[in-house]
Parts: sequence; C-alpha cells; structure tokens
Amino acid sequence: MLKIKNINTYYGQAQALKNVSMHLTEGEIVTLIGANGAGKTTLLNSLSGVVPPRSGQIFFNDVTINNLAAHQIVRMGISQVPEGRQVFKPISVEDNLELGAYLHHKMLGGSDEVKKNKEMVYDLFPILKERRKQFAGTLSGGEQQMLAIGRAFMAKPKLMLLDEPSMGLAPMITQEIFRVIENLSKRKKTTILLVEQNARAALKMANRGYVLDNGHMILEGTAAELLDNKEVQRAYLGKDKKEIWER
Amino acid sequence: MNIWDKTHECMSRDELEQLQLERLQATVNRVYKNVTHYRKIFNDKGIIAENIRSLSDLAKIPFTVKDDLRINYPYGMFAVPLREVVRIHSSSGTTSKPIVMGYTKNDIKIWSNLVARFMTSAGVTHDDVVQITFRYGLFTGAFGVHYGAEAIGASVIPMGTGNTDKQIMIMQDYKTTALVSTSSYAIALAERIEQLCIDPKSLSLKLGLFGGEPWSEKMRAEIENRLFLSATDNYGVSEVIGPGVAGECSCKKGMHIYEDAFIPEIIDPETGAVLPAGSEGELVLTTLTREAFPMIRYRTGDITSLDYSPCECGRTLVRMKKIMRRSDDMLIVRGVNIFPSQIEDALFSVAQGKTPYQIIVERKGAMDSMEIVVEITDKIFSLELQKQRSFLEAIKKRIASVTGINVDVRLVESKSILRQNGKISRILDKRDI
Repeated sequence: MLKIKNINTYYGQAQALKNVSMHLTEGEIVTLIGANGAGKTTLLNSLSGVVPPRSGQIFFNDVTINNLAAHQIVRMGISQVPEGRQVFKPISVEDNLELGAYLHHKMLGGSDEVKKNKEMVYDLFPILKERRKQFAGTLSGGEQQMLAIGRAFMAKPKLMLLDEPSMGLAPMITQEIFRVIENLSKRKKTTILLVEQNARAALKMANRGYVLDNGHMILEGTAAELLDNKEVQRAYLGKDKKEIWER
Repeated sequence: MNIWDKTHECMSRDELEQLQLERLQATVNRVYKNVTHYRKIFNDKGIIAENIRSLSDLAKIPFTVKDDLRINYPYGMFAVPLREVVRIHSSSGTTSKPIVMGYTKNDIKIWSNLVARFMTSAGVTHDDVVQITFRYGLFTGAFGVHYGAEAIGASVIPMGTGNTDKQIMIMQDYKTTALVSTSSYAIALAERIEQLCIDPKSLSLKLGLFGGEPWSEKMRAEIENRLFLSATDNYGVSEVIGPGVAGECSCKKGMHIYEDAFIPEIIDPETGAVLPAGSEGELVLTTLTREAFPMIRYRTGDITSLDYSPCECGRTLVRMKKIMRRSDDMLIVRGVNIFPSQIEDALFSVAQGKTPYQIIVERKGAMDSMEIVVEITDKIFSLELQKQRSFLEAIKKRIASVTGINVDVRLVESKSILRQNGKISRILDKRDI
C-alpha cells in the first residue's frame, strides 16, 4: 500500500532522515521505534507532506505522492494524528470533528457522509459523544487524544499516521487508546503507522516494526522478532545497558 | 503442494525487491555501526551507507572472503556482544584455525523457519519421522535440520553419523519416513540394506533430503530406485547460516533461494565482476536477517547459475542449479569441507618442514576416502621403522583433529609422485559423481 524508497529529509541544513526505505501492506499495524531525535516524527511528517523529503520516492497505492502538498495527501487517504494531540481548544468537540471532515465534506459535497462518520467516531469513543458540546480545551489528556484520533478518522483515511498517542497519559488511559487503535485496524480496516515511546506496548500490538537510529533505518522485522532482539531491548525497551565483550 | 511461509516464498518481484532493499540498507547500517571489520572497509573505500540506494548498489561494497573471517578469529565479525549469542558453530577455515559463527535467539528462530521451508517443499509434514544422520557438534548441518524439523512438528530422531547397522535398525523399527543425510551416505545405507537382505520396500521411507556435498542426477536416480523415496537437494553455507539457504521443491528443477533472507549474486571468480542473470559463476551471498553474524557479499566458492523463470510450484523465488564444482580448491569429503592448505599445514608442522606430498580422494563403493601420499625424504628415511610409524600416526592424528575426518597416510619412494613440469598437483580427485 505504502512504499518509501531512499527518502532524505532536512530541516534547513540538518539532515534528519538518511536514505530511509520502508513499506506498509494493507491492513498492517507497523510501528516505528527509535530514540528521541532518531527521525520518527520527521518520517511521519515526510509522509504527510508537512515536511516534504528533499529526495527519494513515496508511493501510495502505486501513485507517487512525495511531491504533493499536505492537503492533497489527506485527500489521497492519509491522515496524521500529530504529537501532542493539537486539538483546537477554544471550539467544541463536535466542531473539532467536523473540521477533520473539511476536505471530505468539500469533496463529497454532502453533510450526510460527515454525519455518518461522526456517528462512527462517537461509536468508537462514546465519551466524545457525551462531551460533544464542551470546548476541546476542557477535556482531559486522554480525551483530547481520542478527539485527535477521531478528528483524523473523520477524513476516512486508508492509512493513519499516529505520533506518540500515549504521550503524557496515565497507563490506564494509554491502554484504552491502544485498544482504540487496535479497533481502528481490526474493525475499520485502517492501516496504521505508529510512532510510540512505549515501544513494548506498540510492538505487542503491531505486526511489524522498523528501528530508526540517527536518521538511519537499522532494523526491519516482525514485532515478535524485534521484541526478542537484544539491541532493541537494550536501547528502546529499557532492558540492560550496552556492554561489549572483552577481546 | 505445501509452502511453509507463503508470504515470503510467493511474493511478487516488486514486493520482494522492496523488502530486500529495506533489509539490505538496515544490514549495511548495522554492520557499519557494530562490526569493526566493515566500518574499516567502508571508511577505507569511501563507502557511505547512504549510497546503497538500490539492490545493484550492493556491487559497490567489497566481497567478504574466508580470509577476512580468519583474520577476525574468533569473534571479530560478530555484530552483537557475545553475551547475546546463544549458540556458537564453526566451519573449516583455510588454516588449522576454524571459522567461528554466532547465533542470537532470533537467529536460531529464523534459521529454524528457513530450514522448515525446504523441508516442507521436500514434502515433510508434522506426520513424518525424520532421521538425521549428520554429525551433531560444531557443524551447522545437524542442528539446522533438527530445528527445522521440530518447527514443522515432525518427530526427530537425532542419530548423528556412523553405525550404519544401528541406523538401519532404527529406520526399520522407528518407521523413519524421511532420511536426512549426505547423498553418498544414502547410497552406503542402500548397499548395507541390500547386504542385510532387507527389502527396501518394507521400510517406511518416502522422502530423502540430501545436502552437504555435490551429487548428480545420476545419483538421484540411483538413490530413488534403491531406497524407494523421493530425493531432493538442499543448499547451505555455514558462514551465512548453515542449511536453509536454498532447497528444491517437488519439481526438482533447481533450488529456491530464500531471497527475503539472502541476496544472491553470481560473479566471475577471476575478475569479481557481477555477471548477468543466467550466467554461470561463483555464488555470492549477503544476509538480510542475521543478527549476530551478518555477512555482506560473502564469496561461497560454489559455482552455479540462477534461473529467474517462474516455477510450477508457485514460489516466486529464484532457483539455483545444483552445485557441481568450486571456484577454489576446497574438497568436500563425506560432507565435510576441507581445504588442502589445512592438510599441508598439519603435514608440514609434523614433518617440521616441507615434504613433497599429494592428496588423493577416491570414492570406494559409496563412501569417499582420502589418502595423503608423502614422499620419503632423507630425514624420514633415517628414522627407525618404529619412529616412521609413529610419524605417520602423528600426521593422521593432526589431520583428523584439524579437519574432523580420518585419512590414510602412506609413505612412498622419493620422486615417485607424478610431476608435471616439475610440479606435483596437490590434489588428485578420482571421484566420478
């Protein structure tokens, strides 16, 4: 479904992604692991067109998208849930959701579809329905995260990019968010690319994973393989510290 | 027709090449980060990992040869700390020191599944009783097949080598359905079964999985006719994993290389140039999934060719021809890899100097035998008979300890080994496979 070949992304002079290649097959949950600053968010931003790569190719269902603008990419069926949720705090939950359907609404020209999607989101997150008239800013962190995911879902994406959805959330809430992500994958057949601090939990849910290190991809494997990989355990799952044998 | 890992064995070329590229880039980045040998080579040659942008860019990286592994003996080529290695195997080196390979827990799991692929394609299922007649120990063969058979869920009989009569008794009584051995040992078994007046049809054998040494279609026909089983070939290289690199499917028209785990290239052994698809040359392998012991462009020394045409079995993986010869002077005797230089080292160190000699390899009946013919020198001649005998014994022992096989050593008259242009050819291989 998604195929990335040799992308290089820069912030000014600083190169954040070095020749990165990866792919996602339809229906998969793939997680991206790496230390802070490894380039995980940059990779999501490169995909969504927020920070377009300077070179390389991105194919979405065999169509080149690396030179498209962010809004065109959303229209193709890729939605990003940004790090730190970034919901629109001074407006209501309902309005936030409708904003998520803005492009979709324009494309289909009908509000029936929007209504249907909104009901679907309320079905996924009953709490949002309860709070639909509240200002988004009054929601708890977990609820804001649900809103951010729900808002992205309003565009009916085929592929969803999730950036640190559990950041700053209590373990109980994190579990719930993860359950929702699994639901999006299983029930709604959404393909998911997940960046997560909580690498262990992400790997437990994912089919496959990639490990980014300093802008380089250093590992690809099934989630089970990565969970068993000592290098991953050492660096990202908080097990042991690196020790080299004595020669 | 059963396929163990349909996702990876039946991928479209396009999907496969994307996966290979991702894994290649990851492997290159990882060896640069973790293996001193590769970091040094990349730095010396000015190779930047980022420059590997397509599969053909692989040709920019120098080969890894056996000598590199010897120089980095024992653990220098490991990409993980030793404490993460759960298994150590070794294979023959070019000197008295072997090559050391490491496996992580994941490597063993991946290895098991690769072996399960060729065993499944040979016809093995969880209903089979698999008798393994490879030597358990430092060699990769027995353990690799053992794990693969267990992954499938077959019942494994870990026989090990030798004791042919007991092998046959167990084959009869335990109702072995799949035999794993070298092809020459299969013929030796067939011979002994006939001698013992056992009707081979009364055995439960239906499959034979043969690897570890070259064997011909003629031998396949002979084994199939004498043991009443379906014989398939499989291919492995200890330095890249062991068995599980490639294996025949029931079409028996070449061995499918597991390309999601290894990138094969065919090179001209003289110039090192990559040859176009279909040409015959030396097989070079790059590992894509190894954790502890990744190899970039390892020269296997095996001569073969690759066939990318689709196979009837449904696998999309490339097929390699049976290996019939080597690009170097390595000998395969009873499935054991032996370098003449190992023998020379052993001989000269016992003789305390250079002595004219010749290695003669023959196939007597089904089994290979190796004889070292040593010309008598004045120094040896002056020894008492007793000492001459112990000298020969010492050579035998030394060679056995280095190569792992027993050889005959014989003294002959000075200047009696045939010379061409004043030179003795070191090896006389009389086998006709």
